[in-house]
Amino acid sequence: MANSSASTFEAVTCPACGLLCDDVRIERDSTDRLKVIDKGCAKSVTFFERVVQKSSPSITGKAVSLTEAINKAADILRSTNQPLFAGLGTEVQGMRSVLSLADKVGATLDHMNADSSFRNTLVVQNSGWQVTTLTEVRNRVDLLLVIGSDIVSHNPRFFERNVWNKESMFDQDTSAREVVYLGGQNIDTFAGVSPKGVKPTVLPCDLESLPEVVAALRAIISGKTLIATEVSGVKVRDLESLSERLKAAKYSVVTWVSSDLNIAHAELTIQNITELVIKLNAKTRSSGLPLGGSEGDSSVNQTSTWISGYPVRSRFARKHPEYDPHHFSAAQLLNNGEADALVWISEFNPDKTPPNVNIPKIVIGHANMQGNDADVFIPVSTSGIDNTGTMFRIDSSVSLPLGKLRESALPSLGEVMAAIEAALSKNMKRAKPC
Amino acid sequence: MLIKLSGGKVYDPAHQIDGKVMDIYIRDGRIVSRPRDDETIDQTYNLRDKVVMAGAIDMHTHIGGGKVNIARMMLPEDHRADPSQHSDLCRSGCGHAAPSTFTTGYRYAEMGYTAAFEPALSPVNARQSHLEMGDTPIIDKGGYAMIGSDDYFLRMLTAKKDQNAINDYVAWIIHASQAIGIKVVNPGGISAFKFNQRALDLDEKNVHYQVTPREVLKALSRAVHELGVPHPLHVHANNLGVPGNMDTTLKTMGASEGYPLHLTHIQFHSYGTEGDRKFSSGAAQIAEAMNKNKHISADVGQILFNQTVTASGDNMRQFANSGLASPNKSVIMDIECDSGCGVVPFKYKDKNFVNALQWSIGLEIFLLCDDPWRTFLTTDHPNGAPFTSYPHLIRLLMDKSFRNDMFTKLNLDAQAMSTLNSIDREYSLYEIAIMTRAGAARLVGLHDRGHLGVGAGADITVYSDNPDREKMFEKPDYVFKDGELVVKDGQVVKVTWGHTHTVKPEFDRGIEKDIKQYFDTYHTMSMENFKVSSDEIAEGGRGGVVVQACEGRREKSL
Repeated sequence: MANSSASTFEAVTCPACGLLCDDVRIERDSTDRLKVIDKGCAKSVTFFERVVQKSSPSITGKAVSLTEAINKAADILRSTNQPLFAGLGTEVQGMRSVLSLADKVGATLDHMNADSSFRNTLVVQNSGWQVTTLTEVRNRVDLLLVIGSDIVSHNPRFFERNVWNKESMFDQDTSAREVVYLGGQNIDTFAGVSPKGVKPTVLPCDLESLPEVVAALRAIISGKTLIATEVSGVKVRDLESLSERLKAAKYSVVTWVSSDLNIAHAELTIQNITELVIKLNAKTRSSGLPLGGSEGDSSVNQTSTWISGYPVRSRFARKHPEYDPHHFSAAQLLNNGEADALVWISEFNPDKTPPNVNIPKIVIGHANMQGNDADVFIPVSTSGIDNTGTMFRIDSSVSLPLGKLRESALPSLGEVMAAIEAALSKNMKRAKPC
Repeated sequence: MLIKLSGGKVYDPAHQIDGKVMDIYIRDGRIVSRPRDDETIDQTYNLRDKVVMAGAIDMHTHIGGGKVNIARMMLPEDHRADPSQHSDLCRSGCGHAAPSTFTTGYRYAEMGYTAAFEPALSPVNARQSHLEMGDTPIIDKGGYAMIGSDDYFLRMLTAKKDQNAINDYVAWIIHASQAIGIKVVNPGGISAFKFNQRALDLDEKNVHYQVTPREVLKALSRAVHELGVPHPLHVHANNLGVPGNMDTTLKTMGASEGYPLHLTHIQFHSYGTEGDRKFSSGAAQIAEAMNKNKHISADVGQILFNQTVTASGDNMRQFANSGLASPNKSVIMDIECDSGCGVVPFKYKDKNFVNALQWSIGLEIFLLCDDPWRTFLTTDHPNGAPFTSYPHLIRLLMDKSFRNDMFTKLNLDAQAMSTLNSIDREYSLYEIAIMTRAGAARLVGLHDRGHLGVGAGADITVYSDNPDREKMFEKPDYVFKDGELVVKDGQVVKVTWGHTHTVKPEFDRGIEKDIKQYFDTYHTMSMENFKVSSDEIAEGGRGGVVVQACEGRREKSL
């Protein structure tokens, strides 16, 4: 909607990555275009400055009214037995509405980032872990061990906000913090260079070798003697010295990004990381810190967990929630022909498009998706820009309100889901017993 | 709509009514006085021979917030065994140790509970607590904001700030986190753990701040009192679960120098070191001190035998206990220089010496504490047992022969160490109504709940007077929430949204200038985002925020 007055917003919360920085300064011009003017990063600029194209609800590519699109979506859902709700790029309020509809129609739920989220979730469900949060890192970390990632491709401002911050609560000289990168080849370690110019320690290895390298580090920290002198190109001597530094640190933090660990045995690698952290805590303090995240992944999992008891991948087909990290994978269900309609949701990101399927497809997403190949396309507003919302940070303890920066003519995801639910109830007298 | 509850036996301890047969009238969600003869009564419930009480209030139950959701997330195996089906009225979910939120609301209501309070709402995580409680239907809820290991407060103590400044900060926290009270967990100890201290006794200093738990307790209990917050400082004492911790607990009672304290899950803090295994009951000494110290109240935190999960802000003690996890997994977290959490699944077994004695100690405390107005019925859900075991616990308290039958099944060494089967006391219905209604409402500061007087919110539970008290309390005939019939014969018949109870003590808003600067310098979120708004709580037509009256700022008392 054009012709609003220009305005500047201070302390805007940015949902573009799992850090949810809430110090971003944004200017809105009289045509409702947004510009990041301070505390931005590549991700926030892409997110906030995206030009929204004109779009309309459509049925098989033909523009229709919102009501018609909603009725058509309800019709499709009414005639299915195993609908699949996937993508799920949304925040807490959107997910509340998704879960309500899923419960009613017996849907299966999967998030677009579930493959990488599960590398962490399976560790929590198998052994638990010992982890920390961003403000603790910002004020306490003295040795940061980064495993298998540069972090900044996912969380561009992580070092700026949490490692090289000038002041800390406990009068630490933050510029003397030590950074070690372990694993990966040709990782960009520039962000790990201290303000004084001290370069980080870098111990490269192929990502595929991380399982054994991390296992070796855990063994050394646990007091085992290795006969080998080298593990996948990393010298045991270097791992021993890293072990000594971790033991000498007062508050080390060991971080990873699960989506970067696109390797066999990723969850066992993460488990070795979290178990070596627990081992370190026998004598000193150390914490894990899973980073990365977004498209609302942690918000979706948190909301799903309190409402249904399980993170997604879950299913409501039998009138109660069921959970299965493997069988309820959207890709697998679609491949096996075990879904008879797809609802794809992505309110933040038009590039997260649905898979090609030969079953009815309802796309509820960012206006720029257009969705010409969908049976039903309903463009929705974006939380954090066009409507308020609530989002969880990647470190899970902190959730923040998302603001509304401009008026949008588009409905929110929550409004669309509620309207579909209402349309179903209206004509649902003959429907499945629920 | 005028409703008459006709001829039930009423137990309303707030008005000294002990089983008197009388009528109760409800209009527009409130209890009203007897209408004029010419007014039409729209609906009458004949409650002859039925027992009528106010809706029950759980004053300490972990139902919403980060650590509860971690417990849910990490225990899919526990949920699978207890699915809860979608119906025309109710959302699906699952139950047992850490139930989903909708299921939590339904099951509380189906047991005749109409309010439940989350006792460890970490201010930095308050939004999540309220989101979860916002998805908990029917019952009212609220939370106690957990401070005492937060950097801002400990800095104030180190700097020997004036009590008025501390009071302002405490009030600010209550507002920001939409809380109804203040809780302290392992005073100063969550912070000490982050500096690698592994234990913190009452007079031991946090190595960084040079502050003791005693100083934390004194400053906070005084702040809560001087702000006029009805609920006394809610204390999870130091040394939870440690043999011999009864000494810490006894000393803690004196630490506030007379300011009211509520000692929570006191069972976990009533252990001696006698006997071959250096683990014994401190219940007699604790109860004696409780009876003597009128400024102290306590809830018991009874354990009951089965699988559960322990979830606590006390990461220092939970880390120490993580080796006992069953199944063998645990989550320990440091959180935002503000708090911490520890989630450790646990299976209590009646043949295990320690568990059996814990069971006995809890019951001994219940039975040896004279004053039900200062003693509260909890299992510290889910830490001692899930809240769904309350009817069983009530039977243990009301039925000596049942209790003794259970006792004889325990580990024999534990039986030899307990005096439980020599205690004859049986709780009366009137005393149960005090502990779970009138007393709980008074303790939390719910002025219009927990009683059946004119003007009260019409939260009312009706039971059949069954001599098997477990059966009686697990399935009420009727439950009314704000005057609406929500449960009939132990089944939800209507789903409503309860209120979120808060207090809003007065304070000097000028302190926000300093707090804002503090957030900007040290934190990773802004001060404004730290605050939870009333609109967020009422999002999507959920129940709104109710502000219960504070008693007004009191004069400095020392």
